[in-house]
Amino acid sequence: MLILIPLFPFLGFLINASVGRRLPKRVSGALATAALALSFGVALSAVARMLAATPVDGVRAVQDTVYTWIASGSLHVPFTLRVDPLSSVMILVITGIGTLIHLYSTAYMHDETDSEFARYFSYLNLFAAFMLVLVLATTFPVMFVGWEGVGLCSYLLVGFWFTKQTASDAGKKAFIVNRVGDVGFILGMAAIFTTFGTLDFQEVAARVAGMPIEASFGILTLTTLLFFLGATGKSAQIPLYIWLPDAMEGPTPVSALIHAATMVTAGVYLIGRNAVLFSHAPITLEVVAVIGCLTALMAGTIGLVQNDIKRVLAYSTVSQLGYMFLAMGVGAFGAGIFHLYTHAFFKALLFLGSGAVIHALHGEQDMRHMGGLRRELPVTYWTFLMATLAISGVPLFSGFFSKDEILAETFAHGHVVLWAVGLFTAFLTAIYMFRLVYMTFFGERRTPATADAGAHGHAAAGHGHGASGHLHDAPPAMAIALVILAVGAVAAGYVGLPNAVVSGGNRIDAFLEPSFHAPVAAGVDVAAEPAQEESSTSSGVELALMGLSTLVALGGIGVATIFFLQRPDRADAVAARFSGLHRLLEHKYYVDELYGAVIVRPITRLSTTLLWRGVDAGLIDGTVNATGLVVRGWSAVLRRLQTGSVRAYAMSFFVGVVVIVGYYLWQ
Amino acid sequence: MTLVWLVVVPFVAGAAAWVADRWSHAWPRWIALAGIGIDLAIAVTLWFGTSGAALVPGAGPWLAEIDVRWIDALGIHLHFAIDGLSLLLVLLTGLLGVLAVAASWTEIQDRVGAFHFQLLWILSGLIGVFTAMDLFLFYFFWEMMLVPMFFLIGIWGHERRIYAATKFFLFTQVSGLLMLIAIVALYIVHGRATGTYTFDVTALAGTPMSSTMSWWLMLGFFGAFAVKLPMVPLHTWLPDAHTEAPTAGSVVLASLLLKTGAYGMLRFVLPLFRDAAASFAPVAIVLGVIGVVYGAALAFGQTDLKRLVAYTSVSHMGFVLIGIFAGTTIALQGAILQILCHGLSTGALFILAGAMQERLHTREMGRMGGLWADAPRMGGMTLFFALASMGLPGLGNFIAEFLVLAGTYRVSPIATIVASTGLIVSTVYALWLVQAAFQGPRHGTARLRDLGVREMATMAVLVAALVWIGLYPQSVVDTASPAIARITSAPRVASRAP
Repeated sequence: MLILIPLFPFLGFLINASVGRRLPKRVSGALATAALALSFGVALSAVARMLAATPVDGVRAVQDTVYTWIASGSLHVPFTLRVDPLSSVMILVITGIGTLIHLYSTAYMHDETDSEFARYFSYLNLFAAFMLVLVLATTFPVMFVGWEGVGLCSYLLVGFWFTKQTASDAGKKAFIVNRVGDVGFILGMAAIFTTFGTLDFQEVAARVAGMPIEASFGILTLTTLLFFLGATGKSAQIPLYIWLPDAMEGPTPVSALIHAATMVTAGVYLIGRNAVLFSHAPITLEVVAVIGCLTALMAGTIGLVQNDIKRVLAYSTVSQLGYMFLAMGVGAFGAGIFHLYTHAFFKALLFLGSGAVIHALHGEQDMRHMGGLRRELPVTYWTFLMATLAISGVPLFSGFFSKDEILAETFAHGHVVLWAVGLFTAFLTAIYMFRLVYMTFFGERRTPATADAGAHGHAAAGHGHGASGHLHDAPPAMAIALVILAVGAVAAGYVGLPNAVVSGGNRIDAFLEPSFHAPVAAGVDVAAEPAQEESSTSSGVELALMGLSTLVALGGIGVATIFFLQRPDRADAVAARFSGLHRLLEHKYYVDELYGAVIVRPITRLSTTLLWRGVDAGLIDGTVNATGLVVRGWSAVLRRLQTGSVRAYAMSFFVGVVVIVGYYLWQ
Repeated sequence: MTLVWLVVVPFVAGAAAWVADRWSHAWPRWIALAGIGIDLAIAVTLWFGTSGAALVPGAGPWLAEIDVRWIDALGIHLHFAIDGLSLLLVLLTGLLGVLAVAASWTEIQDRVGAFHFQLLWILSGLIGVFTAMDLFLFYFFWEMMLVPMFFLIGIWGHERRIYAATKFFLFTQVSGLLMLIAIVALYIVHGRATGTYTFDVTALAGTPMSSTMSWWLMLGFFGAFAVKLPMVPLHTWLPDAHTEAPTAGSVVLASLLLKTGAYGMLRFVLPLFRDAAASFAPVAIVLGVIGVVYGAALAFGQTDLKRLVAYTSVSHMGFVLIGIFAGTTIALQGAILQILCHGLSTGALFILAGAMQERLHTREMGRMGGLWADAPRMGGMTLFFALASMGLPGLGNFIAEFLVLAGTYRVSPIATIVASTGLIVSTVYALWLVQAAFQGPRHGTARLRDLGVREMATMAVLVAALVWIGLYPQSVVDTASPAIARITSAPRVASRAP
């Protein structure tokens, strides 16, 4: 009964969307949370069934066909859901972490009215339903239903407070940019269908496996690039990442669920799901790796100078997603999904922690107005610290294992430059994350909790007002979510210990492996598969790389400690010295401005000025009117014009018809 | 006989509505509702009654047929027949006819009887167009729709109604006469070649003629249908007519009248002039692609709510044109689904625009904003249909556009790629529409009355229909496929767009 997994949250959506406005908050919140919790339960049992199943075609899986969705000509798309190792990781993350975020939201959104509260939870449940369809799909079109559905929910939730113009704009921007990518997805589907005559993931994989690897640009490269365009939209990679930072206008739990843990990872999942296809298009993989790496670096540098706590986290997400694409691009699919999974814990936790801070400060998001919160918000502080250690790649925390595997694999596959950039980005990550922790939780409070007055002090400057007013740490519903996620942020990585340290320790890689292969029973010679390059580097090299990553992470923390904890004035001095660079980063490399000038404004002008007033009203109507005038002139000559042009036209055509018909009859 | 009733019932009900106006304004409304309601019921019965055997290709072309000699001397028959394609369009006419009457319930207060008379005669004409299998009869109904439509816009329309009505009439009349010439010429060519003078569509399909003749006659039909569709650059009557018409007029225009153009291409242009149509296909596809992008771009530039929706029709009907001339089974299925789904979603948007205009007395989106607070139901519905119109998966329009694109890709990847960019622009205008009217800070102080029971019931029907087609397109696909099989079965000259 796999359909129950998305069905429970969908029913929750239906109830809250229809009668939710009349329900008290307690009921609608509990309903939504329970719906996803139930879905988590079903997901667990489905995964258990999957683990117990005998492998078919070399992979353990359970699947249900619900009904035939589209069948037209040679096109056949069943609505089938399938749990295999890859999707099992995804559904557990979505329902598990999703339930925690729902629970957290019941407290976080408590100031909303009953109807707004119900609207919020209906969207959140709808999102979960679509996300689950996305990862459980066995065909491209069904996946696309989820793919677009989550985009819709993202739009609705980013613009949740739509009376605010910026929120409404941000939601719209998110959806439009996503749709640019989605056109890639649609065209990819059309190309796949035309080439292979099927849209089923496994059938496509089976056919592709029989083809040679495409060394030069061809149909596989084109198709995979189109899908990758879709991935860059959904997963906020260059050139379509611009919507994600703006999406922070949405309620913070939304950022945690959609813009950190689940939706934005859909692009990574898409590549993982079609690993065989992408493996046969090395050019695309190269593009994926380079784009991922550049995105990681670019977002990391921007994250260094942002002052809005959520925007730092947003750029950090873009950057971490870049790591995942780097992994996919070098063919380390398992490592990419592993990072997706650990990232879901610590990044969700970071967002929820920042939400707890914002909640305590009544909506304040500027880190320049924070400081010293660790004493007043101990639960938030400690859990946030765990997540920060995880994302910074400090050994023994979850992020260390997954990020290190990506870097090691990149190095092992011979991409030394990409590896170096990735390592440098890891250094930046540690700096900006600890900058955030120091500015938020250390030092003195720089503004009273109640007043904004004098709040525009300089970045990280120690001056300002002393702590005043008592702040409330996260209430129980929020604290439970924070603590459970903190346990995950610490421990989630132990399913993937480096093989160099513990032989066979990387169990998640071994677990996921079958999902990245074509079905064996399809009669394809396994040897024709792209040779699965087992890490060719010796464990000695791997250990050395690991030591290097550790040093880099600790170095980053050290730099942050010096500049943002001990001597904040030095950070200001550096910023002043390199003011050009600082401004460039602060303005996010002016990419939004560039897009505005090159794409948005010219198109707007084109459509209103040139096309509408020019072509439509001017050229076409003008021609028609001119014709009318000519006819009118003739009619006047013939003294037929008496009551206006309708009669003139009708008359002239009647005459015309008579003449022509007469001509034929005469012949 | 059923088919005759389909045409006659609304025709008689229309006349009765006019007469009944003497006693009460309520009577014409109820009579009109009953008249078109009966048609809908007949169509639904036909649909359910024919599932299964009768829809299997090869089981005979028609689900129902009546063929009576009319004007023997000229070989003119009263030949009505219905197959899956016609049935779907009659269903659409019945459904939107009912909703158009409902949408006019409070809007029309002036000359109520005459209004419903015009409305029902248009519907009667439409059903005639969709069921006539004799070209003379077809042309009769084709012309019969126009005059009441002209009056509907000209009398009950908005500020620039006379201009819009005249423009509408001229465009359609000119193109209609082109078709008349082609019909008569085809009649004569066929008569000369075979000795039998007939207007019967099936008989005419095999007319032997030179390819030049075939080409010109095809263009005559195509021209008439392209204006109705409408195809860029013959579309400029549409924004004016849609904008100025009363709500029911806009609904009937967008949801039904435009469909006669698409129907005509499927029923006449492709079967009668197979080879000429095939060689013309690249041109038609290019024009369709231009329509998709151009219509979307213009929609994006509008500030008048109804005008915006009107331009979206140009864009969406471009997909229909592409699908028809791509000619693959999948693309044709997509075109038919698009005909239906565009009818449903655009009809809904015009009803909503009408509801807003009735309350706010403006269509300028710049003077709206923040309306969600007062009218969440209206906002939710507008959002739903805006999303449907931009092709959100799970709703019918997505299936339609996806099938068109997937079916066209093998014919012309370039056309597919360019057309798909229309999907991006459609997102822009759909979201902008919702944002401008319902989101952002509140504009003005007047409170907006939310949708009432009648309006919500109307919306619910349309929502259900779009969700149904989106989740279970098979019900439509299976009904249409025998008709499509007949269109594609005969050998055609392979075509390739540039």
